Amino acid sequence: MPENYTTIIGLEVHVQLATKSKLFCRCSTQFGAEPNTQTCPVCLGLPGSLPVMNRQAFELALKTAVALNCEIPGFTKWDRKQYYYPDLPKAYQISQYDLPMSSAGYLEIADEKGTFETKKIRITRAHLEEDAGKSIHDEAAGKGDSEIDLNRTGTPLLEIVSEPDLRSSAEAKAYLQELKLMLTHIGVSDCNMQEGSLRVDANVNLHIDTPEGKIATPIVEIKNMNSFRAVERALDYEAPRQFRVWQETGRKLGDSPKQTRGWDDAAGVTRGQRSKEESSDYRYFPDPDLVPVLISDDQIATARKSLGELPADLRKRYVDVYELSSYDASVIVNQGRAVIEYFEQAASESGDPKSACNWVTQDILRLLKENDRGIDEFEVSAKNLAGMISAINEGTLPKPRAKEAFDLMLSKGYAAQQAIEELGIEQIDESAIVELCQELLNKNPRIVSDVQNGKLQAVGALIGQAKKLNPNIDPARFREICLELAQQTTS
Amino acid sequence: MPTLSPLIYTPATELLRRLQEGEISAVELTQAYVDAIATREQRIGAYLRVEAERALQQAIAIDDRRRKGHTLGKLAGLPVAVKDVLCDKSTRTTCASRMLENFRPPYDSTVVAKLKAADAVLLGRTNMDEFAMGGSTENSAFQITRNPWDLERAPGGSSGGAAACVAAEMAPLSIGTDTGGSIRQPAGLCGVVGLKPTYGRVSRYGLVAFASSLDQVGPLARTTQDVALLLESIAGHDPRDSTSLDQPVPEYSKSISEPLKGLRIGLVQEHFAEGLDSEVESAVREAIRVYESLGAVVKMVSLPHSKHAVATYYVIAPCEASSNLARYDGVHYGHRTDQVAMLAELAEERKLLEGAKDEVGLERLDSSLVRMYRRSRSEGFGQEVKRRIMLGTYALSAGYYDAYYLKALKVRRLIRQDFDHAFCEVDLIAGPVTAQTAFRLGEKVDDPLAMYLVDLYTVSANLAGIPGISLPCGFDKAGLPIGLQLLAPPLEEERLLRGAYMYEQANDWHKHRPKMD
Repeated sequence: MPENYTTIIGLEVHVQLATKSKLFCRCSTQFGAEPNTQTCPVCLGLPGSLPVMNRQAFELALKTAVALNCEIPGFTKWDRKQYYYPDLPKAYQISQYDLPMSSAGYLEIADEKGTFETKKIRITRAHLEEDAGKSIHDEAAGKGDSEIDLNRTGTPLLEIVSEPDLRSSAEAKAYLQELKLMLTHIGVSDCNMQEGSLRVDANVNLHIDTPEGKIATPIVEIKNMNSFRAVERALDYEAPRQFRVWQETGRKLGDSPKQTRGWDDAAGVTRGQRSKEESSDYRYFPDPDLVPVLISDDQIATARKSLGELPADLRKRYVDVYELSSYDASVIVNQGRAVIEYFEQAASESGDPKSACNWVTQDILRLLKENDRGIDEFEVSAKNLAGMISAINEGTLPKPRAKEAFDLMLSKGYAAQQAIEELGIEQIDESAIVELCQELLNKNPRIVSDVQNGKLQAVGALIGQAKKLNPNIDPARFREICLELAQQTTS
Repeated sequence: MPTLSPLIYTPATELLRRLQEGEISAVELTQAYVDAIATREQRIGAYLRVEAERALQQAIAIDDRRRKGHTLGKLAGLPVAVKDVLCDKSTRTTCASRMLENFRPPYDSTVVAKLKAADAVLLGRTNMDEFAMGGSTENSAFQITRNPWDLERAPGGSSGGAAACVAAEMAPLSIGTDTGGSIRQPAGLCGVVGLKPTYGRVSRYGLVAFASSLDQVGPLARTTQDVALLLESIAGHDPRDSTSLDQPVPEYSKSISEPLKGLRIGLVQEHFAEGLDSEVESAVREAIRVYESLGAVVKMVSLPHSKHAVATYYVIAPCEASSNLARYDGVHYGHRTDQVAMLAELAEERKLLEGAKDEVGLERLDSSLVRMYRRSRSEGFGQEVKRRIMLGTYALSAGYYDAYYLKALKVRRLIRQDFDHAFCEVDLIAGPVTAQTAFRLGEKVDDPLAMYLVDLYTVSANLAGIPGISLPCGFDKAGLPIGLQLLAPPLEEERLLRGAYMYEQANDWHKHRPKMD
């Protein structure tokens, strides 16, 4: 049977919001502290302790929701999601159930290489919740000791749930990249996957075309994907696996409960996980310890204003105003805020966005990638790059020597002018070129006659000599003058 | 038997004046109460822990500071007993439960912190129904408390220790908590004054939660004046409690003696119905006549949804309790089952199942983690707590939530609306605290429904979030105290206290004391 199916993917992304303190207490959210040093009665869930909402966390969440084009209700509340687990000290997680702080948004994704059409991925909802702690199991020892670190308990998370609008691993990856770009761009999260600031779960199934019509396979939730690459690989593995299972069992959506599978990165496979102990009923109910949150139109307007230009707006402006190609515009914007700011400064100070774009996309990004560094560590500042572009455009730096100047700026941290001076580049006036030309032609009558006989390439030999005598000679101009003088010379 | 100091019979407000004027010392006063406890506590059992040594140390320090002319707190030198449900980092907080038998909180509840800042002398921790669930204090895992008016009878609950210690002059002031009547009902049954403030008036931070949307901390004392004094010391906004109200705290103890002019008192039709003891009814009706004689107008009001109050309460409170008490799982603190016995039990079960080749049974056998949870909670909680956890867990389960919890929330709103309407007509609502006077110990322990009905007149105030006070209004033929309940609109504690004081001044019920020695 031909493999004629569509992969249906929805993603659940948890991002840690960039607050200094936790969602319901004042403990630090700093990553990497000694276990259980960033805790207090509230996040330890001690008897009698009460949560108080961190306003800043809510503001960051609101900002994100606005950036994701979500609808924001005037009223939202907190609910308890109840389950037992050793790293959940209250035995419930404070989350949002039926009245989340935002819903019905979208994020547009595109692929410049054209592997898929530009499309809007609908966002079902984005809601705030507190993180659980971390269980550290000594699995090697078999039974061993389990240890719990509650530093992470109570860290603010925004759960962003997409509709099942993604159709391939490439789209899923593009969605994640665009989401990460957006979140880091507006400064609500550092999205560091290694530190757990961004976590992705995927819901996947297939729509299979059969002679009897379209058949949906059971939905599988994939967990434990620790990089975007892992998400891509897991999805590429999972879709054909589901197809095989369907061929073997004929099982359709509804025939079996939703399955959870973990991605094994080393083995490159997804594996069925034992479902959590009786976890299906979370017995959600409104948390009586927290008052509902009222959101005013003013707050939403303030959040919107604080966003500034979003990545999509920037791409559009670079094409419309700076006249960059949409490919180049995306290359710059997709690098994130630091590169965007660098480019913007170089473009505006030089008044030449196209040249700034060429330098950034062709030279600078390559160098950064080769040396695995960030643009904020790059030796040629945006100001200096702008100075160099201006020098080229004003003629003080001949284009053919620009690369030399750039290398010097890079190695010594020079400004453009310093590099030009160190290279001994100065502008030569026309009379000096004429003088040098005449001198060399006088010494080489043979070349003069060759030129007069139509062998124009004979002056090539003189260009080499001229450059030795004066490196600032513009070879093209020298050649023109040489030819002119040679023709005029009477033999 | 040594003679006890007459100080123990003196109202707290008067004691405070004498302390301030140097007529008595905090040590002398504290010692008087320590002596009273030494003589009487064995019969009453009001205290889970008497902290005489700590109290005397505190008293010494306060006297010392007073001598040196330092500024002292508002209650400087006054002994206060605290229900064993409010965290105090200098002692244990057991909630009268095996689960927290050895739990020592690393922080102070806001109320305890305020008492410490006011230089109150903390006498000890009073007995209660386990996790404040009950109406007789018989659900304490550690001891029963006896009603000072009749040692064969219950003091009520859940703040039974808090009421009994005040009634038996083993503390001038005490702190209780009221989720469905747990201050007012024992106050009524023990013949003392107890006030449940407006929800949010007193911080719940550090109060070990039973039902978060209903719990409120409040004062108990022998006079309304003393209750006012203690209330103004613990009330106020707390940034650590989102549900606390950001409203100024009036000086209740100053305004209390101003009579209310043109007072309109409401009688609730539904309160004078079947089940109300005739002696209680006549005492309450007599109290109303006293108000009339003081110039009050009495009107009948209706709280049509109050007949659903107990049912509503016994959905909402257990739901919240089931969630609040889930944290006691043996992992982080509190009681944990014996690991060796647990593993042996599991191994034994596994062996039996393997022997019987029971694949399903083996599949379903608890993991050691789940068995640890199961055993720790089974051992740590008493019957009533388990009953309510099960009720709440059931009511919140998928498929039942709408029919129980959601519906209860709707009725709760209607109950609040009933009060809003009634308070358009009247300033205060008056009625009985309980349908009967103190019942015998053991009388209702095997009948949870009968026990739940003791909250009949009190739960509505918790559901509506309004303040209520219970004060003595007579005795039945058996010599047991009868309580009068007054209710006021939200944040009208001042009105409530002034109204209560008017009645108190017009008679001397509050001066009757149980025979203790």
